[in-house]
Amino acid sequence: MSAPPDRAVVIGASAGGVQALLALLPSLPADFPWPVLVVLHVPADRSNVLAGLFEAKCSLEVKEAEDKETVRPGVVYFAPSDYHLLIEENGDLALSSDEAINYSRPSIDVLFESAADAYGERLVGIILTGANNDGAAGLAAVAAAGGVALVQDPAAAYARTMPQAARQACNAALVLSLERIADYLKGLKAE
Amino acid sequence: MPHRTEDIEIGLLLEALYQRYHYDFRHYARASIKRRLLQARSHFNMSSVTALQERVLHDPEMLPRLLGFLTVQVSEMFRDPSYFRALREQVLPHLRTYPSLKVWIAGCSAGEELYSMAILFREEGLLDRTLFYATDINPEALKAAEAGIYPMDRLRKFTENHQKSGGKSSLSDYYTADYGRAVFDKSLRNNVVFSDHSLVTDAVFAEMQLISCRNVMIYFDRGLQDRAVGLFKDSLTRHGFLGVGSKESLRFSRHASAFSEFVPEEKIYRKREP
Repeated sequence: MSAPPDRAVVIGASAGGVQALLALLPSLPADFPWPVLVVLHVPADRSNVLAGLFEAKCSLEVKEAEDKETVRPGVVYFAPSDYHLLIEENGDLALSSDEAINYSRPSIDVLFESAADAYGERLVGIILTGANNDGAAGLAAVAAAGGVALVQDPAAAYARTMPQAARQACNAALVLSLERIADYLKGLKAE
Repeated sequence: MPHRTEDIEIGLLLEALYQRYHYDFRHYARASIKRRLLQARSHFNMSSVTALQERVLHDPEMLPRLLGFLTVQVSEMFRDPSYFRALREQVLPHLRTYPSLKVWIAGCSAGEELYSMAILFREEGLLDRTLFYATDINPEALKAAEAGIYPMDRLRKFTENHQKSGGKSSLSDYYTADYGRAVFDKSLRNNVVFSDHSLVTDAVFAEMQLISCRNVMIYFDRGLQDRAVGLFKDSLTRHGFLGVGSKESLRFSRHASAFSEFVPEEKIYRKREP
């Protein structure tokens, strides 16, 4: 087995997030060379249908993240509902049932902060639409570790609170439309 | 990637905890333990993880407070009601054939799962012939489990879960309300042994028909998970049952072949013939 990738894209979204992700993830090509980790707030319910919904529409493999699974490039991992998703420095995914952060489990902050630790500057963090403040601290951590911070333009977002909070918490964040975010991702290279 | 100072400090603190107090978090999944330690650092107003280490090494009273952060577990009674329904409908019919039963709640935290299990066993007429072992590494959690008292505002969720699990009685039959708290009936714990036991460092202590250990092993690294699953394998009787968390799996374990999937969607396994 080859070594796990030394880079990743992390995405956080809440209210309106399914539509926003549908504008983003299906546009990624089958040979997209980075792993993509997604926290999307959904009602806490075990019957998680997100991965199936996106798998049908994406060229990339889409799956629910499993504990201790080694990340692979070109795969989209969704955090399961009611668990936090973290990434270890050795490239293994980890789940946790620690308390909710800002009423959120999974929490975008938890994923982004662990990814910032694991990947440093080889990380792209993206905050999309949402009606709470989750992800703001996480995006700031991504930028502080030298990673790229992108925020969906709040004016065009279904719910603007989350991208606005992220922009305020993270001066280095670039504010882009969904189309431009997709373009940015498509420009990411294997090296 | 070169190690950051903070990661070095975390490794040293975990080593110090082990050498000084024999609490071994060195092989816990690092990303979560780091989050918890950084929370503790900020809660105790320490300038660094090293300062936290200095304090806990020299002040034993600091230990339980730090353990509160490192082992914090939030659970619910009848969490994942379908798990308890599967136990009721598919596992208990097998357990019924034993004249006496031993059940281990490993990592019982504040006791939510223990009381859920005791209520399930009472509803199914098995409580009187069952000995429960409720173990945890955190003495404060064990005290809370033994007390069986929960804030009243959590009871709505507990009650809803109990009903969804196929509960045959009313949860309110098992507690009395007392100044905003629900005090669970002590007859539920007549046959419960509360004990300090570590899946990391301790050994087999009895032969069980059922072990429930949910959302504990996700905090372990792979090697430690293997150790815990091996301990469960050796603690189970022939054809004994093991239930793990809904997002846990024995699939990546070295001992996977010792178990068969009994109710796969609820992560209930059964020990195979040796």
